[in-house]
Amino acid sequence: MIVAERKPIKEILAMVADFKKILLVGCKGCVTVCNAGGTKEVGILASALKIARKKEGNPIEIDEMTLERQCDPEYIDQLEEPLKNNNYDAVLSMACSVGPQFIARRYDNILVYPTLNTCFMGGALEHGVWAEFCQGCGNCIIHHFGGLCPIARCSKSLMNGPCGGSAGGKCEVSPDIDCVWHLIYDRMKQLGKLDQLREIFPIKDWSTSRDGGPRKIVREDLKK
Amino acid sequence: MKAGSRLEKILEAGHFAVTGELGPPRGADAEVIKKKAEHLRNKVDSINVTDNQTSVVRMCSMAVCKILIEMGLEPNLQMVCRDRNRIAIQSDLLGAYALGIRNVLCLSGDHNKFGDHPQCKNVFDLDSMQLIATVKRMRDEGKLLSDQELEGGVKFFIGAAANPFGDPFEFRVTRLAKKIEAGVDFIQTQCIYNMEKFKTWLDQANDEGLTEKCYILAGVTPLKSVGMARYMQKFVPGLDVPEEYITRLKGVEKKKQAAEGIKICVEQIEQLREMKGVAGVHLMAIEWEHKVPEITEAAKLLPRPEVD
Ligand code: SF4
Ligand code: SF4
Repeated sequence: MIVAERKPIKEILAMVADFKKILLVGCKGCVTVCNAGGTKEVGILASALKIARKKEGNPIEIDEMTLERQCDPEYIDQLEEPLKNNNYDAVLSMACSVGPQFIARRYDNILVYPTLNTCFMGGALEHGVWAEFCQGCGNCIIHHFGGLCPIARCSKSLMNGPCGGSAGGKCEVSPDIDCVWHLIYDRMKQLGKLDQLREIFPIKDWSTSRDGGPRKIVREDLKK
Repeated sequence: MKAGSRLEKILEAGHFAVTGELGPPRGADAEVIKKKAEHLRNKVDSINVTDNQTSVVRMCSMAVCKILIEMGLEPNLQMVCRDRNRIAIQSDLLGAYALGIRNVLCLSGDHNKFGDHPQCKNVFDLDSMQLIATVKRMRDEGKLLSDQELEGGVKFFIGAAANPFGDPFEFRVTRLAKKIEAGVDFIQTQCIYNMEKFKTWLDQANDEGLTEKCYILAGVTPLKSVGMARYMQKFVPGLDVPEEYITRLKGVEKKKQAAEGIKICVEQIEQLREMKGVAGVHLMAIEWEHKVPEITEAAKLLPRPEVD
């Protein structure tokens, strides 16, 4: 899933400083799963903003709503009703940053703000801890590395083994980061495939990644 | 001869090679470099010029190499993958050759998080292994990665680093084997303090016949003080400083610690010289270039042999 976390309340308060009435829109997709922007978090952020503004003697009115998804025009259409009378100074999205862009794309008369920082594609290691697993390079090669991704999970995206800084299973960048090359080595050893790591992995073609420009997938079989 | 550099000639002739290291300044004053480099004249065979080491902005390695060439000294251009993509790398290599640079050391590079610009975007388009292969391809096939033929080839003596103390230890000889397969001619190791562990690594490399396929220069760095030794032990990832040396440094008065550090370094060089598979030493006297004459003298590395 896409993992995101909420921006600091101060930053969000600064965004809405000039507004009297806003619509705060959550998303039931990834950000609900990673506890960043679902119905619950929409409620928490709305009360926090209201309390802070009340304290300042400048109350703000906030309507709350959570869409099924914000990365799909079908659900973005559901904002038509609440937005039709120009009742709001702005929409604040609590989806990953695809959401606010989909709202902006569909409604050209309203200001849209992101309240989350969209961080990475990953999963939960344990309750409350998420880690990055994929960088969307557009040409997956993890089967060469025991199913682990050196592109996203090695700090230097090395493809031919651990750098000299790998120590005690940790990455030179931080003791909080596992050296994925140590993990790859252990796993390939376990699988009896160490000889595969002896081969030189060739230079990667990054054109399928963001380096080739913004990407688009067109499935003719699905297009109407 | 692949490049005909002084370093290559020394090694080919079977002499025990000595390379030094020079860190460019955080400024544009060429005099600083000249002063540092003078200490190394006739004491080492060629001089590594670091490439924004520890990700701190310093004068460009290639420019410093050129200054050394003008002084009649031989540089080893260090090149990291952190800051350049394949376009910049190949372009820099062409420029380096045109300026007279003949030795290149291919490195991944320290992560930018350690440096003075941790906010920067890093590159890592290639890794060090792929960089070695790129230089070799340019040299031996006369082609760029795009298959474009070069008008005027580059004859580099190709180097790389090896850290026998990084983890997983069992993979370290494999890394060396891969670098040789990628096309490396010489290896300079991370600074060695744990001689036992280095020996284990070297024995494996000897067993696999790797030391016959490339020249291994053993890295040494004199310890200046207990403080420096402790710092390296604790904070430099992938560096292994045994307690034994720290005890020795502690055993002398503070004023004499530097001298003791040099003594240790000289002993290490003497031991390394006896080891099968070690073709030379890479002396990294970091910000201590003026001690290089003393160390090389004491280690009986002088005079440096003549080659033509
Ligand atoms: S190789 Fe590419 S697609 Fe596969 S996990 Fe890594 S970044 Fe994602
Ligand atoms: S320590 Fe491991 S994860 Fe970190 S940069 Fe080096 S190889 Fe990659």
